[in-house]
Amino acid sequence: MKHSIANVKDAAAVAFVALLLFGPFLGLQLNDSNSGNLTLSTRPALLAIAVGLTFVARLLALFWQDQFGKQERSARFVNLAGKYGVFTAPLILASSKVPFLTPAAKFMAALMTSGRFIAPLLLICAVGMPLIPGIDNSYVDLGVLIMTYVMLGWGLNIVVGLAGLLDLGYVAFYAVGAYSFALLSTNYGLTFWECLPICGILAAAWGIFLGFPVLRLRGDYLAIVTLAFGEIIRLVITNWTSLTGGPNGLYDIPHPTLFGLSFSMMGGPGTFSNFFHIDPDPSQRTDYLYYIILFLALLTNWVTLRLRRQPLGRAWEALREDEIACRSLGINLRNTKLTAFAIGAMFGGFAGCFFATRESFISPDSFTFIESATVLAIVVLGGAGSQLGVCLAAIVMIGVPALLQELQIYRMLIFGIALVTIMVVRPRGFISTRKPSVSLGNAKIIGAEMVSEGRG
Amino acid sequence: MSDTLLTVSNLTMRFGGLTAVNAVGFTAKRGDITAVIGPNGAGKTTLFNCITGFYKPTEGSIEISHADGKKLMLDKLPGHSIARKGKVARTFQNIRLFGGMTVLENLMVAQHNELQAATGFGVLAILGIGRYRAAEKAGIERAKYWLAATNLMERADDPAGSLPYGAQRRLEIARAMCTGPVLLCLDEPAAGLNPRESAALNDLLLKIRADGCSLLLIEHDMGVVMKISDHIIVLDHGKKIADGTPEFIRNDATVISAYLGEGDDDDADAPIAATLEDAS
Repeated sequence: MKHSIANVKDAAAVAFVALLLFGPFLGLQLNDSNSGNLTLSTRPALLAIAVGLTFVARLLALFWQDQFGKQERSARFVNLAGKYGVFTAPLILASSKVPFLTPAAKFMAALMTSGRFIAPLLLICAVGMPLIPGIDNSYVDLGVLIMTYVMLGWGLNIVVGLAGLLDLGYVAFYAVGAYSFALLSTNYGLTFWECLPICGILAAAWGIFLGFPVLRLRGDYLAIVTLAFGEIIRLVITNWTSLTGGPNGLYDIPHPTLFGLSFSMMGGPGTFSNFFHIDPDPSQRTDYLYYIILFLALLTNWVTLRLRRQPLGRAWEALREDEIACRSLGINLRNTKLTAFAIGAMFGGFAGCFFATRESFISPDSFTFIESATVLAIVVLGGAGSQLGVCLAAIVMIGVPALLQELQIYRMLIFGIALVTIMVVRPRGFISTRKPSVSLGNAKIIGAEMVSEGRG
Repeated sequence: MSDTLLTVSNLTMRFGGLTAVNAVGFTAKRGDITAVIGPNGAGKTTLFNCITGFYKPTEGSIEISHADGKKLMLDKLPGHSIARKGKVARTFQNIRLFGGMTVLENLMVAQHNELQAATGFGVLAILGIGRYRAAEKAGIERAKYWLAATNLMERADDPAGSLPYGAQRRLEIARAMCTGPVLLCLDEPAAGLNPRESAALNDLLLKIRADGCSLLLIEHDMGVVMKISDHIIVLDHGKKIADGTPEFIRNDATVISAYLGEGDDDDADAPIAATLEDAS
């Protein structure tokens, strides 16, 4: 009884905050009369509904917590699911292997075990997607967009997820890659495939260059400085008009070619359609772009997975866990951090190069902070350090808003609610468990509560 | 019989106006267990941090002579080279393990430099060519050796953070040993251990010495110190007040007064002095 009174009080307080927040947004409305005057009207009913809903939702949330206990929430969920046999098999599998995990972690371990099946399934879907007969070109295009963010997420995952260095300026390397390709191709006539490694190297060089000053910074300070670097790069691009075209950007950036065959709609000699004697179709180029980015993303994933099982990858993770202990073991912190920055930046550069060739037009507007924030959100939401998690998060973060286009303004509302829900239910991201890089017997999944998030 | 491994001379460490270590000099012999004892705040950990490169001493020098005759000034080396070139490994007073990584991974990270050298700048190992596979196998064997020595084989695939306290202490020692040191510095290895664990620790430390690694340890547990050390250095208020064999230290008047306090009302350290005598 005492509990429920406290709950009502709590819910009332939350409802009051909701009243303050929703008051101006929902309670007030500006009307544009025909005479051109603006009149202010109120919408008390709508406001009351919103506040009422908040009150009820909070009460329900508290009731749920009381009923099942805060810590055991996920466990209860698993048990409920288990009753219906949904998770039973992987759960038994997991519980037999991981005796020291909390029920919540066991659930994630079960998901990870199923990840062994999810990942190849996703891969098959990804490879086969453009081949589905009659698939709309716009879906393949969306696939290209999602895949770009998957790649950026995987690139940033090296820095944030493995090395534990919070980088808010990742878009800088994306921009370096894009502008490198745009300038090299328009000024020197180099092709996409020639430029790709150059873009990666240049971005990596910038990663090292920008990495040096932040070596000694940790946590919030590192985040702020990297954020500033991201902005500096964007401002330089905006203002160096003679080289980068300033705010007007660079255009007529060539599209990629397949062994010299272009994907021109004109269908003349030397084009893909002419060579294979088929009708030119815009979907051919989209499909080609799709497979390029799929290849690049898989390359990122493959390199990351290989590196994780190597001394370098282990040193990154050790760095995330404890920097001082790393130093006492003779690990060169400077080199280890710089390689993380450089390799992360290199993949950002690749992605940027691809972005430029896909869009054929780039301007500083494409490289604002919101891009960095989106990529970071993908990494954090997916579960820092988890490749599959990042992939799932990119699909949710990029794909869902695009597919909900018809819902217009409610799109962001649903999206926001979804993000908050995920962060409440899974504060460490979709997949927050860690798989050991080496084991004597069977590798056991490590629960999220053990794994450090990194402070530097 | 045994030659000098570590020579600390005139070592001074000041933090602003506070002199934590004041002109301390001593030598540690190869193959010896050298203990540094002293009341709380005597500057033992500061001394350790200077030797292991976490602090740059204000004055003085620290020299290590390797068996091949090579001499290195530890105070001049960058932090990470102390373990790599100086071959000095350490553990921490408050355990610093990689909690989210498994016990085995902890030991593999310790062999980073050796393994990294086999990866061909990472590129060859990514492509799966070169000698990395063999190097990793050797690394795992070495890790297994220390897992067996520290009785952690059963827990090899468990996250280090999930181990009980005593096992974490042993793992930290195993991890330090995996760097292949000639000198292992232990900062209060017996802190928080029960008598049985403490006795097992003694055996482990003696085994490490038998394997050819010298030890330098800070310890409050006089049972450990008096039983296994060959040489004891006593610090008080940043100064060295005594230096000698356990027998000598046990009977030294200055040491006893440092622990007991000189006629002060402060007898908080008395139990330590009691153990000091008990151990005799």
